[in-house]
Amino acid sequence: METIRTQLLVIGSGPGGYVCAIRAAQLGISTVIVESEKVGGTCLNIGCIPSKALIHAADEFHKLVSMCKSDENESALGISAASPSLDLIKTIHWKDSIVSRLNNGVNGLLKKANVQIFQGVARFRDGKTVIVSKDSEETQIHCENIVIATGSEPVDIPTLPFGDRILSSTTALSLTEIPNSMAVVGGGYIGLELGASFAKFGSKVTIVEFSPKILPQYDEQLTRPVHEQLKKLGVRVMTETKALSYSQPEKALRIDSANCEDTSIIAEKVLVTVGRRARLQGWGLEELSLTTEHGYIAIDQHCQTSMRGVYAIGDVTGEPMLAHRAMAQGELVARVISGQSASWDKQCIPAVCFTDPEIVSAGLSPAEAEALGEVYSVSSFPFKANGRAMSLQREDGFVRVITQKETNIILGIQAVGAGVSELSAAFSIAIEMGARAEDIAATIHAHPTLSEGLQEACMGAIGHGLHL
Amino acid sequence: MGLHVINLSDVGEGVAEAELVEWHVSVGDTVGEDQLLGVVMTDKAAVDVPSSVLGKVVKLCADVGDVVAVGSELIQLEVSGEGNTPISKSSGNQFEPDAQPNTDINPDSSSLSKESPTTATPTSESDSPTKKEHNNRNTRTTTKTTTKSTTEQPAFAQSPPANTSPAKVLAAPSVRQRARDLGVELSTVTGSGPIGRIVHADLDRYTERRAQPGTSGRQPNTNIDVVKIIGMRRKIAEKMALSHSRIPHITIVEEVDIHYLEELREELNDKHADTRGKLTILPFVMKSIVEAAREQPELNARFDDEAGTVAQYGGVHIGIATQTENGLVVPVVRHTEVNSLWKNANEVRRLSAACRDGKIEREELIDSTITITSLGSLGAVATTPIINHPEVAIVGINKIMIRPFWDGQQFVPRKMMNLSCSFDHRIVDGWDAAVFVQKLKSLLEKPAMLFLED
Repeated sequence: METIRTQLLVIGSGPGGYVCAIRAAQLGISTVIVESEKVGGTCLNIGCIPSKALIHAADEFHKLVSMCKSDENESALGISAASPSLDLIKTIHWKDSIVSRLNNGVNGLLKKANVQIFQGVARFRDGKTVIVSKDSEETQIHCENIVIATGSEPVDIPTLPFGDRILSSTTALSLTEIPNSMAVVGGGYIGLELGASFAKFGSKVTIVEFSPKILPQYDEQLTRPVHEQLKKLGVRVMTETKALSYSQPEKALRIDSANCEDTSIIAEKVLVTVGRRARLQGWGLEELSLTTEHGYIAIDQHCQTSMRGVYAIGDVTGEPMLAHRAMAQGELVARVISGQSASWDKQCIPAVCFTDPEIVSAGLSPAEAEALGEVYSVSSFPFKANGRAMSLQREDGFVRVITQKETNIILGIQAVGAGVSELSAAFSIAIEMGARAEDIAATIHAHPTLSEGLQEACMGAIGHGLHL
Repeated sequence: MGLHVINLSDVGEGVAEAELVEWHVSVGDTVGEDQLLGVVMTDKAAVDVPSSVLGKVVKLCADVGDVVAVGSELIQLEVSGEGNTPISKSSGNQFEPDAQPNTDINPDSSSLSKESPTTATPTSESDSPTKKEHNNRNTRTTTKTTTKSTTEQPAFAQSPPANTSPAKVLAAPSVRQRARDLGVELSTVTGSGPIGRIVHADLDRYTERRAQPGTSGRQPNTNIDVVKIIGMRRKIAEKMALSHSRIPHITIVEEVDIHYLEELREELNDKHADTRGKLTILPFVMKSIVEAAREQPELNARFDDEAGTVAQYGGVHIGIATQTENGLVVPVVRHTEVNSLWKNANEVRRLSAACRDGKIEREELIDSTITITSLGSLGAVATTPIINHPEVAIVGINKIMIRPFWDGQQFVPRKMMNLSCSFDHRIVDGWDAAVFVQKLKSLLEKPAMLFLED
């Protein structure tokens, strides 16, 4: 067996892994990265990127459909369209081309940084040695430091095993035709993003959520505009409803609902999005006896695990399972290994939900501020009073700022509205820089933009609202 | 000329890595076959790494304190002939550790079977009047000097949450990073920004002031050196913790009038020091322990608390707590019951020297049945010795001082010495402990009693 020696071995080339590898190599550390599939991980191949592509296609298609003249609905813009059609195979091809461009991009960046890429499945032999196997060939990689970035995978429901008509988020992104009906089991952000897209493509979509509300991590104020949009799209939302099993011949999902008497839903396809779990199996975690907590690898403020020289980043280390958290961790670990003084001291990890309308959250929500015993105030600014929102025909939603009462330090910012994902940078910068509401209120925000909503909310927080 | 690479071989079952604690050679040295190259320490034992060939050291592949994986390269030697590694590859990435299994080091497996021979033994303090220095480069390595920011999360906290509570210290990320690089605790910096926000200028001022301590009075020293506890120090720490947590100690301090003992000792030294060696107090204490243990064999014992058995020994094997550069070790004088005063004294002398020179054999460090600890002239008025697990008693010798003594009519100056003895209270009752200590006292106060042959 061939043996390779390196200073750093990164297992998994998702956003965390590849960022870590590139930065480490830039810092002069000899780096090897192992990937069993295509580089880019879940995010790039079967997650963030392809789903956003699909959402965009669905939005475009839906715009056209809504411009078709009908009795109840005439386009306010005076535009009319006639019978738009969709070739999903082409749509999926376009989406795949974006994924493949990014694959090549990541590959190129890794090569440019002199990272050695190893295709194959990694398996730990001990804390310093990993065997990579591909087909029947094995290579032993011996390293000083290891970064575990194996990511996460969708959780399935035993009575609804993935396959055939039961879709995971991965297979839902590769359908070749739009199903007439679709049941989405799990009303979290993945289910809602994809469910709403298929509704826009023309499927009859039903969301089946076990808990009393969809998007349970967000408060009712933030989810209400999403609810309203779902209603407009004709999506049925069933909360406190349990998905039991699927009958192939009847194409029906059997359910048990606390809110209605229906016992089944007609669904040509069932999309199961009930969560993701850390990928802890298949790479030899047993050999290392690393400390785990609640099914995730426990890490310290340097992302080091319970074993010296073994680091873990990204989804495998738990919530929030977000690509940009993994990237930040990856960069941090590269710096730690190169001997720099780096430590996790981030003040916020923004989260974006690409539902319609989008939801952004950075820092503390009112409930979280409450739980921490903060004395805080809340100031919101609705897009109804924003010129740009009007001109975009999307006046639903608002920006909300949570400030510490005594100091006006910004503790958290949330927003819901079409296109607000692009405001997330402003939100996290404000919190990371330790801004007060006064700072944002005194910063000129370009007009007319949705971002004025942030300035207005901050003005409101110090009692000087202008446009409300 | 060829290159011979010595890898760290399998050092024990289930051990994937070992800590390099000593190098005995440096680059450029010529080493012979079987010459000691270095020492690695696993969780179970310290293992010598000898050379398998004759050659010249060209590269040490690890630093002291490094954890080396089993099978990885430890040292490169230049040898005559072909060596085991093509030179062209020596600096490259690839080689085959499995190709030359005979070049691996084969540590004596017997040294792995028990706990580490260099494992130190607990005593309240340790015992060398010639203790040289506190820090030793072989046992302690200083890692990066860092001061922890208050915003850091505790080790092994669950991964960073999405919504972090705002830090008490308000500063932009670049300011926080610069503070970390400077080793400045941000909470000690006064921020000039709104509501005390710390900006770069505040850090400038802070570091300027720190650089000129005279100008603005004494600055608090916020420097923290994080010293890694490795090698023998770690073993000592583990053993101390074991002894102290497992054994409920009872300590008795008793005063001993050693006037007559000192007279006798002086006389014996005058007469025999030249031919038989000099006597310290120690061999007399050893002899009195032998006598006392004759009457109370339950104190010359090892307690296996897991098996629930106490092994009482016929032979009195006395451990002598000894300070070395690397820390505390306890060599053992075997069968003190058959030795003369001088034999015991010379044995103690020989063993301590061997410990300090690092030449002590593993067999000389194990299986003591009772231990003596003495700090010589540093010996204090009283100490609370920690028992050398799994023994049940330890005798601590305190400093000899001239103290006023009431002889019935007046105070007279008298050479006095305290004994501080600890006992395992699970096995030894206070009564028995007191009887033992009284026996030692009476023997040492009337040293003639030590030499009654029965």
